[in-house]
This record gives sequence, structure tokens and C-alpha cells, in this order.
Amino acid sequence: MIPLFSKFDDMRAIIDSLVASGRNPFDMRFERILSATEAVLEGRPCLLFGTNNYLGLTFDATCIEATVRAVHEGGTGTTGSRIANGTYCDHALLERRIAEFYGKRSAMIFTTGYQANLGLISTLAGREDHLLIDADSHASIYDACKLSAAQVIRFRHNDPEDLAHRLRRLKGHPGSRIIVTEGIFSMLGDSAPLREIAAVKREMGATLIVDEAHSLGTRGKNGRGVCEDAGIESDVDFVVGTFSKSLGAIGGFAVSDLPDFDLLRIVCRPYMFTASLPPAVVGSVTAALARICTDKSLSARVLSHSGRLYSALAQAGFETGPEPNPIVALKMPDKETAVRFWNRLIDRGVYANLALPPATPASLSLIRCSISAAHTEAQIDRAISVMVAVGRELGVLDPRPGKTPVDLTRSLPI
Amino acid sequence: MTNNATNIEAQIVELLAQRIPAGIQVSAQTQIVGGLGLDSVAILDFIMDVEDRFDISIPLDRVAEVQTIAELSRAIEALRRTAN
Repeated sequence: MIPLFSKFDDMRAIIDSLVASGRNPFDMRFERILSATEAVLEGRPCLLFGTNNYLGLTFDATCIEATVRAVHEGGTGTTGSRIANGTYCDHALLERRIAEFYGKRSAMIFTTGYQANLGLISTLAGREDHLLIDADSHASIYDACKLSAAQVIRFRHNDPEDLAHRLRRLKGHPGSRIIVTEGIFSMLGDSAPLREIAAVKREMGATLIVDEAHSLGTRGKNGRGVCEDAGIESDVDFVVGTFSKSLGAIGGFAVSDLPDFDLLRIVCRPYMFTASLPPAVVGSVTAALARICTDKSLSARVLSHSGRLYSALAQAGFETGPEPNPIVALKMPDKETAVRFWNRLIDRGVYANLALPPATPASLSLIRCSISAAHTEAQIDRAISVMVAVGRELGVLDPRPGKTPVDLTRSLPI
Repeated sequence: MTNNATNIEAQIVELLAQRIPAGIQVSAQTQIVGGLGLDSVAILDFIMDVEDRFDISIPLDRVAEVQTIAELSRAIEALRRTAN
């Protein structure tokens, strides 16, 4: 027999060892989703802190209504791609709304956020070109690089000096230089120094792509992400994003001011050769986008919750990412402790993400929490108290029984 | 083997030693991928160290072709020739 799967023996061993330590983190099954922040897991209610449902819109009444209406009007699916089956009015409307939201000339929607990066980056970067990507980039950016014919160079994470240095090394080489980075990075929740990166881009005459998957709706005065916060929106040639996090559905997009942008529709294979988004998704995303344009309280709430969770866990003694964002990561001393920590959180009714190398930067083992505007303060405090208790039990924190940092109005015990 | 190649290999080994547990012996024939317990991200981080030491860029498609320290050394030599 051909050992077709033997190349995955290492992965099989990893899964076997994870299962032996408790649960399989890649195959968690929720019996029921109760709300944006609660589900039934193993027969018991569980608080959700690993969903990326930043604005909590998955159960928003207006979005659900728009979905139902869209299904009745447009059917359950488009059954093909836009180049073959055509564009529905609502695809075009959503693209106009996204372009307006970003104040850009054009927008293109993709069937997933993964495909947005895959399509945009692999198509823009041709054989003579160089892609310079942040070392901590998401898998979709790495996969786009594999699909592209360009030369790919990593620069050190969030290091504009290193980026400039690597760009200078390319002096004399033909072709375009395309810089790819993210607004907020998905594992540690740290944001990119976009003001400095934009300065390097201008100095070197490069093109800049920023993936705002985790920052749409959570950062910037109008929810346009870290680019808006940094005041560099006019320097960014392409913003990429997703509908699957703050907008509560699925899909991806890219926006740009470049006049030839629409040419991508006939050369970008991950856009051309897959079925377009179904009416239900287009309907709910259009409603969700309208909601975040009119209701600024959602982003204020998720940021306030994030600060509450981040400060309490940092003050309790956890080693966290560098800044409070809707992703809060706790660095574990080793893989085994991370696995035990994650299992124990679930035993106590808190679901977060277990993030292990090589999916993490610098071989870190992480407990990754994502925070939602739909969480209540009581839910945030419950998660804090469970995490601190488990941290003490497992020796990640100094054991000081009887002290749980739920009152954030005073200094927390360390 | 030229002195230049020996010198490059020695520098690669020195950089690699900073990323693997002490006591692991490496030679020109050591497999970088799979042979040292480094995961894919750790290997790419090691390649960045190599790029900075030799002041070159090693595109990811070239990295994918490299299995051993000797092969990495040859790739570095070739890229330096192109750069000059």
C-alpha cells in the first residue's frame, strides 16, 4: 500500500497526545449555540471566549431579518461564480457600501477572507515582483505567497527598520515591491506600527496591503481599523478584510483607490473560479455593516471589555500580549501547561482557543481569548476569575488562594 | 570544498546553535528540516538570522529547496555572487 498519509505521522502523534491529555482542540463539538457568548458543550452551558465574534452580531435581530428576507428573495445559493452565473444586485450593493465605508473608489467581495488574501496577493505579485511580508502573517498570506510567482521575503515582526533594510537589499532588482502586514495580529493581539510602515512604503516607493481582519469594527473612530487609528488610510493601496468576525457571517473583501482595480475580476483566480457569496450572507453582512456605521457603542463596548479582561489578567501576573485589543493572549510556560490550562478552563465552563506552535509566533504556547461586545461585564469577570484560579492551580501564577481579581476599581492582588 | 564554503558553513552552524538545544551536534550534512526538531516557523526565523549575517535575501522558494546545511551554504554563495 502507498503510504499516502505517512507524511502526517507527526501530526497524528500530536493529536493522539492531545486527546490523551483531555480533549481534541481541533474537533470541539458544541451541542447548541445559545447566543453570541454562550453555548452548550459536553451537556453544560459554557461561556464563549474563542469566537472572534467581536461585535456579537451573529444573533442581531436586524441581521437575522435581512438574512431571512434575502433567502426568500434570492434563494439559498448563487450556484456558481460571478464571471459565469453573473452578479446579483445585492453583491454590487454590498461592494458599493464597503467602498463607501472605507472612502475608497472600489471594493471586491470574496467568498471567504482566506480567499481575499489568496486572490489579491497572488494576483498582484507577478514573476519580477517582491512580496515583503511580516513574519507573523496569517496562513492565508503565506498561502497567497506560495501561489504567487513573486519572490517572497519575510521581515521581522512589527519592525519597520528591518523592513526598510530588506527593501534596501533589493536595490537594483526589477519589479514592484509589495508590503503585506496586518492591523491586529491574530495570535497575540498586537497591532502593527502602521505610521512607521507607511513612512517606509513612501520612502521606498512600495505598494502597501493591510489586512484588517481583526480590526474592522474594533479599531478606528469609524471602525475602519488600525489604518484609521494611525491616520495613514491614504497611504494604504489595498485594505483586505473579512465578514466572518465583526460582521458575524462569512466572506472577505478588498478595497482600493487604484483605477485599474476592477481588472482583478478577470485575472484573480480565487475570485473567478469559486461560487459567489449566497444571498443570505450578502444580506446579513450588508445589515451588519449598516449597524456598525450607525452604532458606535459596539466598538466602544468591545474595547472596554477587552481592557477589563486584559488589565485584570496582566495584573494577576499573567504574561500577556503587548496591548489590550479584542484578542487577549496568555503566554503559557510550555505546551503541556497550555493543554492542561485549556482543558481546565472548559471543565469550568469557559471556552478559549488553544494555540500551539507552529501556528504561533516565536514557538509560544498560548491561551487565546477573543472578546465580544455581546459579553456582559459579569461574563468577563467570571472568565477572569476562572483563568486566575486555573493559573494558580497550575503554577502559572503564584498560588494565593481566596483572592480573585474581579473588582477592577481597586488594585488587584498579584 | 573551498575555504569560503567552509567559512559559510561554520557561520551557519554558529547561528543554528542559538536556536537548538545545547549538545546537538550538527554537520554539513545535517538535515535542517526534520533533523533538529525545529518547526516550520522556527526554520524561517533561523533563515532570517542567516540573511542578516550574510546581508542577502533568501526568497522563500529558495528556502524550500534547501535540505541540508551544505545546500544552504551553496544557496548563500550563489546569492552573494548575484548580489555583487
